[in-house]
Amino acid sequence: MDTQQNNEERLWNYIDGSVSAEEKKVIEQLLESDAAWKIKYKELLEVNELIKSTDLEVPSLRFTKNVMEEISKLHIAPATKSYINNKIIWGIGFFFIALFVGFLIYGLGQMDWTSGTESNITKNINKIDFSKFFNNTLVNVFMMINVVLGLFLLDNYLSNKRKSFRKEA
Amino acid sequence: MSTGLNDNEIISQVLNGNQQAYAVLVNRHQNYVFTLSLRMVKSREDAEEVAQDVFIKAYKYLADFRGSSKFTTWLYTIVNNTCISFLRKKKLEIHSLDNEKVFELADNHDSGMRANLVEQKSRIGMVNNAISLLNPADAEVVTLFYQAEQSLEEMAQILGIEVNAAKVRLHRARARLKEKMETHFKEEVRNLN
Repeated sequence: MDTQQNNEERLWNYIDGSVSAEEKKVIEQLLESDAAWKIKYKELLEVNELIKSTDLEVPSLRFTKNVMEEISKLHIAPATKSYINNKIIWGIGFFFIALFVGFLIYGLGQMDWTSGTESNITKNINKIDFSKFFNNTLVNVFMMINVVLGLFLLDNYLSNKRKSFRKEA
Repeated sequence: MSTGLNDNEIISQVLNGNQQAYAVLVNRHQNYVFTLSLRMVKSREDAEEVAQDVFIKAYKYLADFRGSSKFTTWLYTIVNNTCISFLRKKKLEIHSLDNEKVFELADNHDSGMRANLVEQKSRIGMVNNAISLLNPADAEVVTLFYQAEQSLEEMAQILGIEVNAAKVRLHRARARLKEKMETHFKEEVRNLN
């Protein structure tokens, strides 16, 4: 059944012209040598021609008039690009990155680098006293808000990207 | 009027304040938009309402059309979204291609209309009737590919899916259409051979 479906898909691709030159050659050989393939091809080709032959439906005679009457009350909205300032978005992003880097530098500055003799960084990480910079509730809340805002910004950026892609379509 | 101009030239005119030029675009694409809407929402009244809504939305957001793709591809994206919203509002289950419930729902849709449809013997009528028995998602891909002459890449853009997924949808839709023709229009199919 799967092979049959697969063969049918290959034939549809061949009919649509969406096969590689190599695949086209293989299918043409199969059509010449295999009667079952030939029958299936004829059958699908007929379906293809039938679907192609269908007519378009026509709306009512007043259709254009109705649309024009409706749009006469409207104004074209300004392009999305014209009121979304990319500089602001980049500015917000830069602010969060700067904040993150600042915290990182501050945290690293608090570390006592001379206390350990081992050179292995992974072992030294265990010695970092995180309570030194996360012992203040206000700092924790501030960090949490930043993380949430950062995620929100990322989500906003990705959804804008998706929207612009679909709009372009 | 601006009938000899291409879509992008007409759009420029509309954006420059010539609102009447939009009528040319409406006249040019109304049959495509209406057919696509009708095949998705399955009723002429609803399709007319949806198609009008599509052209109104397209006018409102015309400034967002950047011309990097065909105007029709952009327009059919609006048709797709408007029809989906409409069907959601009507609480019709749509889209899951593997959802047999949807398939049956479309199958049983408007049995009165079906009775008339079966009586139509013409080749074109038979295919149109078979398409009307498909679920909205299947009918949409078939119409986009065959009537609206959108490529697989353009269809993928309209539907917001990958090209391969669009290809699979088209294969499945055609297989179901073939099945519908063989099941419901056996006699007509036999006469064609």
